[in-house]
Amino acid sequence: MDDLLWIFISTLLVNNFVLAYFLGLCPFLGVSGHLETSFRLGLATTFVLVITALCAWILNTYVLIYAPYLRLISFIVVIASTVQFIEMSIKKLSPALFKSLGIFLPLITTNCAILGLAIFATNRSYDLVEGLVFALGAGAGFTLAMVLMAGIREETEIMDVPVLIRGTAFNLIIAGILSMAFMGFAGLFSST
Amino acid sequence: MNTTNTTVQTQEPSSRRLVMSMAIAGFISGMIIIAIYMLTFDTIKENKARELRLAVFKVLPHVSHMQKLHFKDNKLVVVKADGMDDEMIFAGYDKDKKFIGYAIQGKAPGFQDTVHVLYGYLSSNSNITGMEILDSRETPGLGDKIFKDMDFVGEFINLPMHKDIKAVKKGTKTHENEIDAITGATISSKVVVKIINQAFKKWSPRLAEQGNEPALELYEAKVNKESQ
Amino acid sequence: MATDVSAYEEMIKGLWRDNPVFVQVLGMCPMLAVTNSAINAVVMGLATFFVLVTSSFLVSSFKQWIPKQVRISLYVIIIATFVTVVDYSILAMLPAIHKELGAFIPLIVANCMILGRQEAFASKHNVKYAVMDAVGMSGGFMIALLALGSVREILGVGALFGVDLFGANFEPWVIMILPPGGFLTLGLLLLFFNWFTERRRQFLIKVADADRMLAVEKVSTEGVKDNG
Repeated sequence: MDDLLWIFISTLLVNNFVLAYFLGLCPFLGVSGHLETSFRLGLATTFVLVITALCAWILNTYVLIYAPYLRLISFIVVIASTVQFIEMSIKKLSPALFKSLGIFLPLITTNCAILGLAIFATNRSYDLVEGLVFALGAGAGFTLAMVLMAGIREETEIMDVPVLIRGTAFNLIIAGILSMAFMGFAGLFSST
Repeated sequence: MNTTNTTVQTQEPSSRRLVMSMAIAGFISGMIIIAIYMLTFDTIKENKARELRLAVFKVLPHVSHMQKLHFKDNKLVVVKADGMDDEMIFAGYDKDKKFIGYAIQGKAPGFQDTVHVLYGYLSSNSNITGMEILDSRETPGLGDKIFKDMDFVGEFINLPMHKDIKAVKKGTKTHENEIDAITGATISSKVVVKIINQAFKKWSPRLAEQGNEPALELYEAKVNKESQ
Repeated sequence: MATDVSAYEEMIKGLWRDNPVFVQVLGMCPMLAVTNSAINAVVMGLATFFVLVTSSFLVSSFKQWIPKQVRISLYVIIIATFVTVVDYSILAMLPAIHKELGAFIPLIVANCMILGRQEAFASKHNVKYAVMDAVGMSGGFMIALLALGSVREILGVGALFGVDLFGANFEPWVIMILPPGGFLTLGLLLLFFNWFTERRRQFLIKVADADRMLAVEKVSTEGVKDNG
């Protein structure tokens, strides 16, 4: 139980996927203009991360013990096709849900956070439950970082920022300060 | 500029063609991957084994051979397979294949991420013979002193393990079961001590009785040569 | 002769004018994650170079046979194959660096720069141009990696490629080799790049204004050759 809590809090705060591992930076820097969109993108990513953890566990347990060299290629192929399949089924079953979350799905598949999660979970030899908790923590951490970033960016929209600084450079500096703030969470679990 | 307009792009290819091209690509890529896997397999295996061996030899002095032990059904059994999990320890033997001591691993959350420790243990006099950090992401310049600060690492050489060890502020060490923590890395130092205490509690009832240790089963001539 | 000039230009554009990192802002994930030392940056740069050049070569050579509908999947398979090759090669040859780069070598697959070059360039151009473009783009990526890696290592450790620069009196800015340092350094480098480009643009406008007469003369005589 302690272990699961540690995995969750660690990936949510101490080793945040975006701010400490630099995974999922494309949407973090690119699509974080609006709070509402960022939050929904975060939720959709969390969903895909959980699916990924499931796929990675199935592949690791049943396929890759016989052929470890196919790890990378099978992760990519299986995750992409599973997400595509889910996207199609959501489109058929619930157009409303598709409109709010589904449109992000193809975008998310190419996000390196997804592949990163599968590889990290394998390297740390997580079992199914640990993997799912890891995915939830990573997704929650990604959503948190997205929402914080979007909030700050919405605030700075009306500020008098020089034209030269606006854009990616500005976002990166905000991200740096956020990342520094998250460093304060280090040591959360190790006090004896 | 040099765009080549192929006729393929304009025609609608049959689905058989699509499947065929995917299959061919998959086949070729599989071949390449298997080729590189086989080419590098021995070197990679050798590298990993050497790294582990060096770590074990470092924490257990005068050791020339080692083997992996797995705790299963209340017994320590020798395993030869690759890989490592939390239920495994290592046994070290000297030149004459006589048992010397155990190298025991443990891990716990550190300041940043999980810290993975290996330490040597002599059951004959309950001494810790050395400590090595296998894996950690502690803060560079501060927390990473747990393996870079030789004074700290040195404190784990010949450390009697009659009761739990304790990390105390640097310079205030008075008892033999106390360890001087590193200034600026108190938490990381405490984590190392905590891991060793936990692993010690977990493993001491599991170790074989003295004189009853598992004999060295696999004899690797290569190991012998390298360690000389 | 004319084709050689434009092939050369395809290469040179990736280094500065269309630099994948500073101008197109692609490949951020490996860019920030592995640049805490210059040597890591070089290894990552070389790995990306190999993957991009070989994939561009293959995609460009087989572009006639790649059906449009499944092209993205095929590109991904090709890229993933070469990434696996690189991953195993580094693991066999440079195990210490592989340990530090860890999961970020497989993640080269997710570098949008590589897939982007296949879709935007290699699939539409001759082998020669595709390879030149790939060399230029990965060269530009390498320059960016090296710039970031050197700045971070010099400030964060006080060394470059592991060689101590400032002696014992330098107190390293540890933050630079930690994640926030990556974000801040890249942000400032981008800022510098923007400032430089803007200054150059203004300078060119000034020059153009002053030398309008000369420029008009030049275009009328040589312009045809230059634009061809």
